[in-house]
Parts: sequence; structure tokens; C-alpha cells
Amino acid sequence: MRTEIMLTIVAMAIATFLTRFTSPALLGNTRLPDWFVRLLKHVPTAMLTALIAPALLAPKGIVEVALTNHYLIAGLVAAYVAYRRQPPIATMGSGMAVMLLLRSISV
Amino acid sequence: MNKVRRNEFFLGVKDTLPVMCGVFPFGLAYGIFGQSVGLTPAETIAMSLLVFAGAAQFVSLPMFAEGAGIAMISLTALLINLRHLLMGASLSPYMKGMSLAKKAPLSFGMADETYAITISRAQAAGYSALYQAGSNAAGYVTWAVSTIGGVFLGGHITDPLSWGLDFAMPATFLALLIPRLVDKVSISVCLIAAVVSIVASIAVPGKWYIIIACITAVAVGGLMERGTADEN
Repeated sequence: MRTEIMLTIVAMAIATFLTRFTSPALLGNTRLPDWFVRLLKHVPTAMLTALIAPALLAPKGIVEVALTNHYLIAGLVAAYVAYRRQPPIATMGSGMAVMLLLRSISV
Repeated sequence: MNKVRRNEFFLGVKDTLPVMCGVFPFGLAYGIFGQSVGLTPAETIAMSLLVFAGAAQFVSLPMFAEGAGIAMISLTALLINLRHLLMGASLSPYMKGMSLAKKAPLSFGMADETYAITISRAQAAGYSALYQAGSNAAGYVTWAVSTIGGVFLGGHITDPLSWGLDFAMPATFLALLIPRLVDKVSISVCLIAAVVSIVASIAVPGKWYIIIACITAVAVGGLMERGTADEN
């Protein structure tokens, strides 16, 4: 292990921990205004969508609405299963099955 | 009593395992990539154990290869991980009254996946610190084990990201997202986040698209609610 590399890794660790700890540490014990708490309730929906949408609709960095976009097809199947109120494992299983099937027949 | 508490922890582990199928190949790929840019096995593994943030770790590797300095690399990690501020803020009402000594380790383990699982459970059935600890533990162990796997098996496996397992992340998140879309406001938040994140992911470098989409969609959601509150 080289000292300078390890120091850089530790600095990365500190920087990353600060991003994780700042909000809970600062916001935790004061009473937040109601409008702010109401805004925060939308964060999970927005965050989940922002993590999913580019991965499904633009997996290669360009928007790809086509049958050749396996991520989109498998995502639509998984979304439908979730919409039908099936358990999460069924949503994931069906999506993964479609994904692997499309991969295996197209290569 | 003890049994109930232990169950919360293991429930957190169990609920997190499906999405870990998607994390595992990324950990393998990170381990392999770390070797290829010239980090030692110990350095590559130490980064996963200390930093525990996939995107920042991946981005740092070419920077290490180019000999970038400590300030540049750690500042980049800070910027990439700024989305944690939003995630932490949305968890903070649930952690109210908890000591900093307890919040610190729980915050350390908050990643995209463990956050998504924990907040979904908190909003649906109530928050539990042990549940979050279980989810975090599942995420941390998966990341550590897959990194170690990549470091030592690197030469024997073909590109793990080509397996199609990277779809496990969006698939699991869809299972968490779809049930949330219950009214006009939540559907609007989702649609706006989708459009903005796609456009921004193409137009803006790095991980900024997540923060941009999140803030835009949350703000619009808030404005819509204010509009309906005024009507009443």
C-alpha cells in the first residue's frame, strides 16, 4: 500500500461520508417546516424515477425507444407486473427473465 | 422482544437481497478495473470498505491512473455523492431524536439501493433503525465480497456487466416505484423526473442528472400540492 494513494482513499471516504451524514445530523433534531417535510415526501419517487428512467430509455447514452432496447422491453414487463400488485420478487423475476431471454436469443 | 428486534434486522437484509443481484456484477467489475489501472489488491479493497460508493469509486479509477491529486479525486467524490444530501434529508424526519452516535453508522451505510429499500419500508410500515441496519449490512457485505471477488478472480471471468444482471437494479426499483404512483401529484413527479433525468443524463456529464431531476420533480410536486391546498 502506498501512503499517498491510501490518503486519497481516506479523503474520498471522508468526503462521501459527509454527503451522507450532513442532512441527518443537521436536520434531525430541529422541527422542520411543514412545507419542507411535504416536499421531502416526494424525494423517493423522484429519486427512484431518476435512477430508473435513463437506465431503461437511454441505456447507451442516447434515447432508444425500440424493440432492440432490451432494457426498455424488460422494464415494461416488470412495470406491468408491479402495476398488477404482484410481490416485488415477481416483478424482479419477470423482468430479469425477459432480459436474459432477449439477450440469449439476440446474441 | 429480542426476537422481534432481530427479525427487523433480518427483514431489512431479506428485502435488500434481490437488488444486490444487480450490485454484485458492479462490485466484480470495480475489482477487475481497479487492478487494471494499477491499484494494489489492498488499495482496491480498502476503497470499497471505506468509501462504499460505487459511482464515485468507478470514476476515481481513471483519475488514479492519470495521477490526479488528492484534492481533485476527493472533490469529485464529493460532487458525485451530493445526491446523498437529498436522500439523507428525506430520511431525517424518521431519525429524529436519535443520537449522532447512532445516526453516523446508519448514514455511512446509506447508498442508492439501501436508501430506496429503507425509505419505502419507512413510509409503508414505519421506520426501524434495525431494519435500516439490516439493509445497510446486506449492501456493505455484497459490495465488499464482490470487490474481493473481482480483485482475485478478475482474470477468470468475462465482463460481468455484460451478463444482463445490471437490470436487477431498475427492476427492483420499479417494484418500489410503481406502488407509489397513486394520485395525480405522484404520477406528475414521476413523469417530470423521468423526462428531466433522461435529458440531463445525456446533456450533463457525471451523476448530476439525478440531483437535477430530483429537485425539479420535487419542486413541481410541492407547487401542485400548494395549488390544491389553496383550492380547499
